[in-house]
Amino acid sequence: MTVLLSIIAVTLLAISVWQITKIFEISNLGAKKDNSQIASEKDNDLQGKLMFAFLVFIYLVTIYSFASYTKVLLPESASEHGYTYDKLLLISFLVIFIVQTITQALLHYFAYKYRGINGRKASFITHNNKLELVWTVIPAIVLFALILYGMTTWSDIMNFEEDEDALIVELYAQQWNWKARYAGDDNVLGDANVRFLNDFDGRNSVGIDASDPNSLDDVVVTQEFHLPVDRKVIFKIRSQDVLHSAYMPHFRAQMNCVPGMITEFSFTPTTTTADMRLNPDVVEKVNRINKIRYDNSQELIAKGEEPLEPYQFDYLLLCAKICGSSHYNMQMKIVVESEKDFNKWLNQQKTFSEVIQ
Amino acid sequence: MSVAVNNNVENHDEHHHHKETFITKWIFSQDHKMIAKQYFVTGVLVMGVIGVLMSLLFRIQLAWPEESFSVFEIFLGDRWAPDGVMDPNIYLALVTIHGTIMVFFVLTAGLSGTFSNLLIPLQIGARDMASGFLNMVAYWLFFISSVIMVASLFVEAGPAAAGWTIYPPLSALPQTQPGSGAGMTLWLVSMAFFIASSLLGSLNYIVTVLNLRTKGMTMFRLPLTIWAFFVTAIIGVISFPVLLSAALLLIMDRSFGTSFFLSDIFVQGEVLHYQGGSPVLFEHLFWFLGHPEVYIVLLPALGITSEIIATNSRKPIFGYRAMVASILAIAFLSTIVWGHHMFVTGMNPFLGSVFTFTTLLIAIPSAVKAFNYIATLWKGNLQLNPAMLFSIGLVSTFITGGLTGIILGDSALDINVHDTYFVVAHFHLVMGISALYGLFAGVYHWFPKLYGRMMNKTLGYVHFWITAIGAYGIFFPMHFIGMAGLPRRYYTNTAFPYFDDLADINVLITVFALITGLAQLIFLYNFIHSMYFGKKSEKNPWKSNTLEWTAPVEHIHGNWPGKIPEVHRWAYDYSKPGKKQDFVPQSTPIASGENITEH
Repeated sequence: MTVLLSIIAVTLLAISVWQITKIFEISNLGAKKDNSQIASEKDNDLQGKLMFAFLVFIYLVTIYSFASYTKVLLPESASEHGYTYDKLLLISFLVIFIVQTITQALLHYFAYKYRGINGRKASFITHNNKLELVWTVIPAIVLFALILYGMTTWSDIMNFEEDEDALIVELYAQQWNWKARYAGDDNVLGDANVRFLNDFDGRNSVGIDASDPNSLDDVVVTQEFHLPVDRKVIFKIRSQDVLHSAYMPHFRAQMNCVPGMITEFSFTPTTTTADMRLNPDVVEKVNRINKIRYDNSQELIAKGEEPLEPYQFDYLLLCAKICGSSHYNMQMKIVVESEKDFNKWLNQQKTFSEVIQ
Repeated sequence: MSVAVNNNVENHDEHHHHKETFITKWIFSQDHKMIAKQYFVTGVLVMGVIGVLMSLLFRIQLAWPEESFSVFEIFLGDRWAPDGVMDPNIYLALVTIHGTIMVFFVLTAGLSGTFSNLLIPLQIGARDMASGFLNMVAYWLFFISSVIMVASLFVEAGPAAAGWTIYPPLSALPQTQPGSGAGMTLWLVSMAFFIASSLLGSLNYIVTVLNLRTKGMTMFRLPLTIWAFFVTAIIGVISFPVLLSAALLLIMDRSFGTSFFLSDIFVQGEVLHYQGGSPVLFEHLFWFLGHPEVYIVLLPALGITSEIIATNSRKPIFGYRAMVASILAIAFLSTIVWGHHMFVTGMNPFLGSVFTFTTLLIAIPSAVKAFNYIATLWKGNLQLNPAMLFSIGLVSTFITGGLTGIILGDSALDINVHDTYFVVAHFHLVMGISALYGLFAGVYHWFPKLYGRMMNKTLGYVHFWITAIGAYGIFFPMHFIGMAGLPRRYYTNTAFPYFDDLADINVLITVFALITGLAQLIFLYNFIHSMYFGKKSEKNPWKSNTLEWTAPVEHIHGNWPGKIPEVHRWAYDYSKPGKKQDFVPQSTPIASGENITEH
């Protein structure tokens, strides 16, 4: 910190030196003027050509990025609405791609084509209402189409109905871990509030109100939570301390966790964890990651440290909203499995009434 | 110096007899040209260097997480980098202060402060700002704000670390992170000074543009720079007070036990007393400034670019009225799109649809501007000076960055990229890099007006090309990291093996960032060296039409000796048919038989 202070002291010193020398400079007024720092025809020629080269550079960066980074992107969606999401995303990207390619080409090509030549006069064109109308109306039409598509998709995702057979799951965020609560046999979550967190010697880990009869069969889990495949899940999302964001990228799902209120999100998982592990993109990604981990492990072993464990794909719940020092490590595993396996797993968990006894 | 600068005083000689002391000339100056330089030195040269340096530090951490670097020890000390390993709390603080400094201190005060001050009086033909005194006060409030922000880096528990958006409860409760103690208090105090400064500055700009235009300078003869600065000031006056109110309410919550933004909170085994508030309210208040702020940063850069592209294309700006209309449209729409930052906050989904609609609407005037720039280049005779390169570069990054806004502004698509690196890539290109390019373009172009000397063009070219390649090298791959599902503001990605294959991309980005960051030293050197040793400038080196180039190279108080020039035409009579030269300054009377350009 002392170093930072001294850097600032030096900067301030430099400024005062500048201020003082500037005074001396006044005596230097009236020296010869010269135009050597203005772009000459030669400069225009070179810079114009470089502008064209830069267009090639932008295209190459684009091609390279798509060629070598597409593989790191998320695999196909594991939720029902995710397919619509991915389609809308693809269409938007196509629009972006076309507009980007054309406009960058025009911009850089004109910069090259019309690079200055001494004595040539530019065309005196002030405006062209027809042309301007064209490039106002065309983007407007394209954008309106995208807006309409986007709005219907958004409305379908967000305005879900509370069907009877939907599974209710509470996601509970705190610095820095997640918990999930199932509603139990009655599929109704018991009331909860942070005021109850200290009840039962801290065993009431998400602040359930024990006096609410709906709460007794609730099930709270940590580390991982399970979902049955092909059944709609409605998430009720809470936070006990600061803002968090429940982000489940493989399901194209995200909703903030806001202390003092319950937020909601819903999706229907379509692919079990086991099936997703067989997805070719996922297999390739896992192999790549394991190769990296293997290489890193060799280095660790050489240093006499523990090697890294091999990686196996799992769906993730991450925190996407800055929430303090361990924001980067706030995770929970999601397991999607058949209804049967799910029920079996859920029955092995302790209910709230068992926990508080 | 206390004499009000009055445009009606035609003979200005009396002003030259004031005795200027060191203090009134260099420190408490009321001259807009000196204040412009003060803003530049404080906002860009000092705060800018600190802001960029911070980004390099956290980029190193992201590329080689949890490794030991002596550079961390040097800059962060033992407390925050024991054995050279960066602490997660200081990582968040660096991210927070980097954002704060770059958005507010560099790209708001540094950019608007420098160029609005320098150019408004000179381009509209005024002796000075409407109130030289308020202008001086605005600068010194900004200076105090900068000092407090820098001081906050040295408090024991660390500077503010809740992100530049300082969402409560994280920013409100010191129990939740060390940076939310004294560091956050200083952040809020600093921003209160900043907002006061910005308001005084903006009011001055508005009043000056409305009242002090020289004879013949109608609103539709104003250069586009002035339109941009003028509208920017209006947006600032509308939106900054809302941030001030948010900051005040947050201070109340933090220190006086109110519950505006807090409710039902349990921290460290204790139920806090707060009841009934909502952090979402804060988000609304914050983004009611936060989104217009994007345009407060961007519009001046676009205005500067308009002027430089027209001058260096030797051609009128294409569609002057459409450009003015799109500035106004952007300004209006910018105040009703803030909700697109909050699609997944738990806000009513219906509002999400509304904000998607208004947000994508704003793309239309933005597209018009981009197309008009391109059309201005068409059939021009481009003088590819460094300022022109940066202006073309701005149009390029504005398009690349702006286009991904189609995804982020669409509430449905935002769900899965919200708060990921996709957002970081998007806004850095569209507002960060673009506005910086505008800033650089402005400096290269108006350096002769600031210091009477020319900057070195070769160094300017080198600076541009390294920066241009670097900007794409840093932010293009970053989109993919975001699309891979990596949230922003993660101290390291190693906690998730799933992200292990992003490590290489992160290294690549950091390498580009380090090169680009170091390349800015070329600019710093060129700037400081040219200040003293640069070639002396002619009165009108770029053969420009605007009024500032009719003022003498040497700065005099009151800008023009004798009468203020009158204006007879718009600012863009470049290469007008029938004229011998390819430019006709605004002060040149319409010749007999000459058509007034319809625009």
